[in-house]
Amino acid sequence: MLRCVILALVFAVSCMRLAVAGTFSLEEIAPGVFAHQGQTALMNQQNLGDIANIGAIVGENAVAIIDTGGSVIEARMFIAAMQQKTSLPIRYVINTHAHPDHVFGNAAFVGPGVDFVGHKNLARALASRGAYYLEGFRAALGDAIEGVKIIEPTVVVDDRLTLDLGGRKIQLRAWRAAHSDCDLTILDEKTGTLFSGDLLFLQHVPIVDGSLLGFLEVADELAKIPASRVVPGHGPMVAQWPGALEGERAYLSRLTGDLRSAIKKGDNVADAARAAGQSERDAWSLFDDYNARNATAGFAELEWDTP
Amino acid sequence: MSKTVSKRLTTVAMLASLGFLHGVAAQTPAPPDPWPDLVRDLFQSRAMTSDEIVALEAPVRAEDAAIVPMTLHLKSRDVGSATLVIDQNPMPMAASFKFGEKAGVGYVAIRVRVNSYTNVHAVSETRDGALHSQVKFVKAAGGCSAPAVKNLDEAAAHIGQMKYREFRSEEPGRREAQIMIRHPNSSGMQMDQLTHLYIPAHYVDRVDVRQGDDLIFSMEGGISLSEDPNFRFSYSPNGAKTISVEAHDTKGNVFKQEWPIGEAS
Repeated sequence: MLRCVILALVFAVSCMRLAVAGTFSLEEIAPGVFAHQGQTALMNQQNLGDIANIGAIVGENAVAIIDTGGSVIEARMFIAAMQQKTSLPIRYVINTHAHPDHVFGNAAFVGPGVDFVGHKNLARALASRGAYYLEGFRAALGDAIEGVKIIEPTVVVDDRLTLDLGGRKIQLRAWRAAHSDCDLTILDEKTGTLFSGDLLFLQHVPIVDGSLLGFLEVADELAKIPASRVVPGHGPMVAQWPGALEGERAYLSRLTGDLRSAIKKGDNVADAARAAGQSERDAWSLFDDYNARNATAGFAELEWDTP
Repeated sequence: MSKTVSKRLTTVAMLASLGFLHGVAAQTPAPPDPWPDLVRDLFQSRAMTSDEIVALEAPVRAEDAAIVPMTLHLKSRDVGSATLVIDQNPMPMAASFKFGEKAGVGYVAIRVRVNSYTNVHAVSETRDGALHSQVKFVKAAGGCSAPAVKNLDEAAAHIGQMKYREFRSEEPGRREAQIMIRHPNSSGMQMDQLTHLYIPAHYVDRVDVRQGDDLIFSMEGGISLSEDPNFRFSYSPNGAKTISVEAHDTKGNVFKQEWPIGEAS
């Protein structure tokens, strides 16, 4: 009897997985540019860590993958979906930064002739956080963490780097600390498509894990990139550029302003983190999951900056 | 073996090999409680009374794993020392304070790293030699939050820089101040799998704060203290004109600074 129950359970779980696999979306948003929209949610066993937007750019002789998702299971579905679109080999796997929802699928891409590409600080970030992420996400992901390994970059970007996919050049740019301390953007020259990684959040409240002031400054510089569309790290799969930056800039500016006045008044960090940015609450998903965290980190940063 | 059973076993084996069975069959065991060993190692197994001689203020949930504000409120002038222990952290002893005898410290607020769901203990010793403890449970931060340095380049570039601020105190007869020290306070790391380049831990292990010649507090700390160690505290002024800090780190660096104390408001 017990065995039957277990088998039924296993069957139900595997059906659920297949259903997820069957609906793995991958759209051609511009000629040769593909994107998959992650859910606006926290990583968990049900969504298999599939919460970030990921994509690919296909040249005449090679493919560049942009972020690998939040689990090896998701990454394998991504690979299967890509194989329906092209038979060209994956030459580059680019990680826009070190967070688990963007790198946990890396292990699925390891193989001969594949280079992993990241910001010059990516290896350091993975070294100091990787083990913690693997341990910390065990409970949330359950068996969906199976096979996840920390894979370090084999090609690093100090400032800028152009990769040639055959008749198609993509420009990689490494940024100073903003969303994180290893943010990288990818611009497809041919179609004017920018992959912003988590330097752009839509719908999903922005997360500050590098520098609040840096994030604001980098957002201003990003706006100058001559692109016509963007694939943000979270939110809708594609948006108009640079208009898509407005909401994020408004949030970061409000948070900065609130924190500066709290610091000036002499508030402590805990009180300030509860209040700062609250006027932006209705504009974002997952606000209560991340705003106090952003405010805490922002407070600690801005304290040095306030007379 | 009947055909049906064999087919079923094949299915199970297939699912197991795909990793589908794992979460169904296995359950994550609760981590063992490290507190008894910590009492032995940090407090020589001495008896403690559970009370609020030092009240611990800690959040229910860590918002940012790298910066979790915690405050020790001293409810008695007889408290000679207080230690903050984050039970489940790799280095549980976050900060151990000795208070100057006449310093009249009312509270000291610091920021710590919280790696996982954990009990946090505040253990204090009154001048009669008795130990007191209070415990709070803190939930770990979620998402991509990690107890790591956020902006290592920035922290390293300004190492040793300090900042001093004063605040109006709501406690009669006390003043309130804040001391900030730029330091990555890093736990060290294994850099890459090929070269196994290892970067050793580098953190502030001692900070002395004085008004004039009198000690306000002296802290011994570890890697559970957040980057850019930050102390906000209240104390009873002794009439001294300056407040000074001497900080030491694990590489033997000594950082010193002194500021004039503002006019009492």
